[in-house]
Amino acid sequence: MTDAVGDPRSLLLMGGTSEIALAIAERYARRVPGLHVTLAARPSQRRAEAAGLLSSLGCTVAELDLDAEAPETHAAVVEAATADRDVDVAVVAYGLLGDPEEAWTDVDAGVRLARVNYVGPVATGIALADRVRRQGHGTVVALSSVAGERPRRSNFVYGSTKAGFDAFYTGLGEALREHGGRVVVVRPGFVHSRMTAGLDPAPLAVRPEDVAQAVVAAVDGSAEQVWVPAAMRPVMSVLRHVPRRVFRRLPL
Amino acid sequence: MSRQPLAGWGRTSPSTADVRAVGSTDDVARQVAGHVADRVPGAGRGVLARGLGRSYGDAAQNGGGVVLDMTGLAEVHAVDPGTRLVDVDAGVSLERLIDVLLPRGLWVPVLPGTRQVTVGGAIAADVHGKNHHVHGSFGDHVTSMELVLADGSVRTLRRGTTDPEEAALRRATVGGMGLTGVVTRATIECRRVATSSMVVDTERAGDLDELLAVLATDEDRYPYSVAWFDAVATGGAAGRAVITRGRHAERDELPAASRARPLAYTPGVRAAVPDAVPPGVLNRATARAFNALYYRAAPRRRRTEVQDLTTFFHPLDAITSWNRLYGPRGMVQYQLVVPLGAEDVVRRVVADVAASGHVSCLNVLKRFGPGNDSPLSFPTEGWTLAVDLPVRAGLGHLLRGLDEQVLDAGGRLYLAKDSRADSATLRRMYPRLDEFRATRRRVDPDGVFVSDLARRLEL
Ligand SMILES: Cc1cc2nc3c(=O)[nH]c(=O)nc-3n(C[C@H](O)[C@H](O)[C@H](O)COP(=O)(O)OP(=O)(O)OC[C@H]3O[C@@H](n4cnc5c(N)ncnc54)[C@H](O)[C@@H]3O)c2cc1C
Repeated sequence: MTDAVGDPRSLLLMGGTSEIALAIAERYARRVPGLHVTLAARPSQRRAEAAGLLSSLGCTVAELDLDAEAPETHAAVVEAATADRDVDVAVVAYGLLGDPEEAWTDVDAGVRLARVNYVGPVATGIALADRVRRQGHGTVVALSSVAGERPRRSNFVYGSTKAGFDAFYTGLGEALREHGGRVVVVRPGFVHSRMTAGLDPAPLAVRPEDVAQAVVAAVDGSAEQVWVPAAMRPVMSVLRHVPRRVFRRLPL
Repeated sequence: MSRQPLAGWGRTSPSTADVRAVGSTDDVARQVAGHVADRVPGAGRGVLARGLGRSYGDAAQNGGGVVLDMTGLAEVHAVDPGTRLVDVDAGVSLERLIDVLLPRGLWVPVLPGTRQVTVGGAIAADVHGKNHHVHGSFGDHVTSMELVLADGSVRTLRRGTTDPEEAALRRATVGGMGLTGVVTRATIECRRVATSSMVVDTERAGDLDELLAVLATDEDRYPYSVAWFDAVATGGAAGRAVITRGRHAERDELPAASRARPLAYTPGVRAAVPDAVPPGVLNRATARAFNALYYRAAPRRRRTEVQDLTTFFHPLDAITSWNRLYGPRGMVQYQLVVPLGAEDVVRRVVADVAASGHVSCLNVLKRFGPGNDSPLSFPTEGWTLAVDLPVRAGLGHLLRGLDEQVLDAGGRLYLAKDSRADSATLRRMYPRLDEFRATRRRVDPDGVFVSDLARRLEL
């Protein structure tokens, strides 16, 4: 269980090679001696390197194979991750940006995006919720995006998947409340990462470490939704209400 | 079935459990045995007894499992002023016990800093009071208790038994944090008192060295002794303190007006702290002011003042829910004991807390007498120090640093207060943990009794 000073004993990263997820793990690793981290991700060099880094920080690390595109396998992954211990903090971090034009013109591309960014997270969320209910505590951190708050012409398929993701995890937080669980929905703006390499950074762009810092602060406190940077919240609040004719012309 | 979030007095890490009321030993046995029967392999989250929830951390929580609310099992069966023995259910509170005993000239042998604890909780934590240095801890005064085991059977555990298995189970149950079974009933050996008043000496110590010196010399003259110290002041005033020590008053020491009813006692009116206290009420400035005021308000030295019970033992009980003052993230109570001779560690801990910027108001220093033979009982001969710290960023780091110093000195932390230590540290603090585990495995091989604390610390 996450202890009185906010230190979890175990961390489960669903999408364990995501830069944001790893930045969160590294932050906790430096704070909590002997933290247990489970990296659920596709087997890869990156996963092995992440495990090595976290071990060198004093964590005990377990690696599990996770295929984001195979939602029917997610329950077994969560089960394996929690066989010997409770999960204190779980981060749902996998996701795809995809090619925005292909995503609305090519069925396979669009469906794949929906599968990885929405269907998979629903399966993961249900599996995590089952575990949280059974243990009577636990925090799920869901990495959403401001893109889901108001879909834009430039990447609306991605935006639509995140809108679904965001609604699902927001609702899951309400449902888990009476079971002692908490969901923190995180809405970063533009994050400099592998996923966005080569794209023009939007205003208010942040780094994975910034997101990690905001996430850890939110888990320490009692927030259930967090925008990164914090200024994104009022910005999005305005953007959600801008008339469509104007919104269309904004350089977003 | 009623699913409820449960937290400790520090209001830090709640978890949700299926809370069930119990009204008899049979009830408890049925709940425990039934739990074993319907247990799904691998999914069982176990059973735990809970008293009044006055432990500070996660000791009385069992996330996802069953928690038996013991406060309904609360009958006083017999009081015998001749033998000084009282036979009560485990859910009886010490507050209630005082009410029942005092008119008969009897006194609860060990009282912690609040009366709002159950007999079961007092045994499970083997609680100590201001009289530890002469009278030991609560378990020492329990002549017999009834324990429901994991299979639903009921055992009687007698003090001084010659049966080695019974003796081992009794040792593990005293201080065993509910992990050997559910205590349903106990017989307690009380003390005799002539009045409901205390004769108290109060004095101030200008700094920590003076405090340690006072507490090291005169202790044997007073059965009750405790000191409050300033945990915010630094420099010359660091560790300045107010020492209160006393004994039960005899009848002829009372003011003439009270002599006709020497055992009269009114437990004081309760005020409550409101539900929504804004965060930050307790900050560095208010804490500094509180610490300074508390010190200055005390008399430099006052001898043989007659005080009532609440004033001497439980001033905090006059305000219910005072823990809300600590704000939304709650508080950690850090209580340690280090052996005599480790005064340097006491000095360093006080200095580290004062320098850290974390603030504490309810700061206690006391000298313990020798401990008992229970493997998880907290008191051991030496200095015990407690501070109450609101949770803020960096607190974990500060306390880990203190853990190291406590460990180096061969000391330990109190499980009834702990809410954040890690299992590796705790294991080194309780060298007889393996003995406890072995007893627990013998009587509860499937691990039916478990708590959030036990999972965190791998007890
Ligand atoms: C203001 C304040 C001051 C305090 N001062 C002191 C002090 O001076 N000295 C001291 O020693 N402690 C002190 N305490 C701590 C307190 O005395 C202990 O935590 C005590 O165990 C609380 O009793 P409870 O009935 O509330 O038990 P709970 O907090 O409900 O439970 C504590 C433990 O006891 C177990 N338990 C409870 N009932 C049973 C049962 N029937 N059978 C088996 N296990 C059971 C629980 O499983 C749990 O592990 C203080 C606490 C507060 C809030």
